[in-house]
Amino acid sequence: MIQIVEAGPWASIQDGGRPGYAHLGVGRSGAFDQPALRLANRLVGNPPDAAAIEITLGGLELLVRDAVTVALTGAPCAGLDWGTPTTVPAGTRIRLATPSSGLRSYLALRGGVDCASTLGSRSTDVLGGLGPAPLRAGDLLPVGAPPDCGVSESAAVPVKLPTTQLPATIRILPGPRDDWFAPGALTQLLQTDWLVRADSDRIGIRLDGPPLERVRGGELPSEATLPGALQVPPDGRPILLGPDSPVTGGYPVIAVALAGGLGIAAQLRPGDRLGFR
Amino acid sequence: MTPREEPGALAPAATEPVRVLPYGDQALLIEPADPAQILPLRDALVGLPGCSEFVPAAGTLLVRIEAATFVRATLDAALTAALARAGQGAPYSDPDAPCVVLPVRYDGADLDLIADDAGCSPDEVVRRHSTATYQVAFCGFSPGFAYLSGGDRSLDQPRLATPRRSVPAGSVGIAAGYTGVYPRESPGGWRLLGTTAATLWDPFRDDPALLPPGTRVRFEIEPS
Repeated sequence: MIQIVEAGPWASIQDGGRPGYAHLGVGRSGAFDQPALRLANRLVGNPPDAAAIEITLGGLELLVRDAVTVALTGAPCAGLDWGTPTTVPAGTRIRLATPSSGLRSYLALRGGVDCASTLGSRSTDVLGGLGPAPLRAGDLLPVGAPPDCGVSESAAVPVKLPTTQLPATIRILPGPRDDWFAPGALTQLLQTDWLVRADSDRIGIRLDGPPLERVRGGELPSEATLPGALQVPPDGRPILLGPDSPVTGGYPVIAVALAGGLGIAAQLRPGDRLGFR
Repeated sequence: MTPREEPGALAPAATEPVRVLPYGDQALLIEPADPAQILPLRDALVGLPGCSEFVPAAGTLLVRIEAATFVRATLDAALTAALARAGQGAPYSDPDAPCVVLPVRYDGADLDLIADDAGCSPDEVVRRHSTATYQVAFCGFSPGFAYLSGGDRSLDQPRLATPRRSVPAGSVGIAAGYTGVYPRESPGGWRLLGTTAATLWDPFRDDPALLPPGTRVRFEIEPS
């Protein structure tokens, strides 16, 4: 059992997500930075999709009621060695500082966070109203039984501290609705150093820059969306959809990030620059 | 966020029976010239290797693909065969699709407005709405929110320019050619006809959504 003393700016339980229900209006959710989640889980011997704590801009403080092995990945925070399985005795307080680079950190607990599941996942989805509420001071989180797999020997798993190269770059494929935009719009998308806005969140990364010009007026009948899609509302500034984005939308999608892009997007801070190629 | 619809606002090139558009490296977006083909095409693709999720919408079907096992030629062949079958006649109707009857108290805030625009009495609006047979074309906007097609077009309404901040759970609304039922209290941009007490969404039920795509739906007047 662990107790949340302080949640920091925003923290929630996230696992591999709840795929397979988009046809019912349910988004995938799950960790925004899936590779970081999987690494943290691997380090403590958990299945890769096990529920962990997704921490936004550090600040999390917790009290370990029962001894547990943990690992921290994603944005490095002072307070726990990054990328290292650490056995924490009962009664210990872990206090994570604000990371100096990156945005989202993942704290995996050996055995996983053992709260209730909804539709096969423990992920918080605030937009869809599914899963546990975001973490607050006083919350008690049960920890599951230790898995069969042992903790990684950190010497056997070479793990490098992540380096944040700015401006970040995400690879995209054009379409499906690039034909809704002026001929130069894709080039403009690729040549602009977009600015990450402060109102970005798990629903989407909102970007500032020169508006992308449409050649087709009117509205697009709602179509399914996926996290990683670059949706362009009427003001012409794209939104990179995140894990909690609505599963259908009526704004044209000019391009979609390749699969690795979401993990990069998850670490973008307001004020960071983002390019596409 | 409010559901938005304008069916028919965008039609693909008239000569192409279906377009297959890229959606990143993990999905394809299928757009038939006739939106009525969306669910038949979905049925034709279910079970194809490498196709893992099917998300219908107003004019398209998103298919999630696993690169390791997906074969594009197999998908194209299945689409062609399905469209050829469709060309031979009967409109899509799945005799095994469940029919859900929703009791409705027709006392919505916009009933008079809908009647005025349709040029008839509120009682006639209720009659036209409750005697139609609907089909769930797709879900979106929020868990369990179904877009129902098949209603009387004389009752159609545009969405509100400014959505109401809150509409009650179970609200039955009309917009842009669809009837929709709000599973829970939320902002709402649709014109309101009434309310149903049915539970549209329960994530802990075996079938969490009462109205998944393809379900047939009727509305029944609940005496007030």
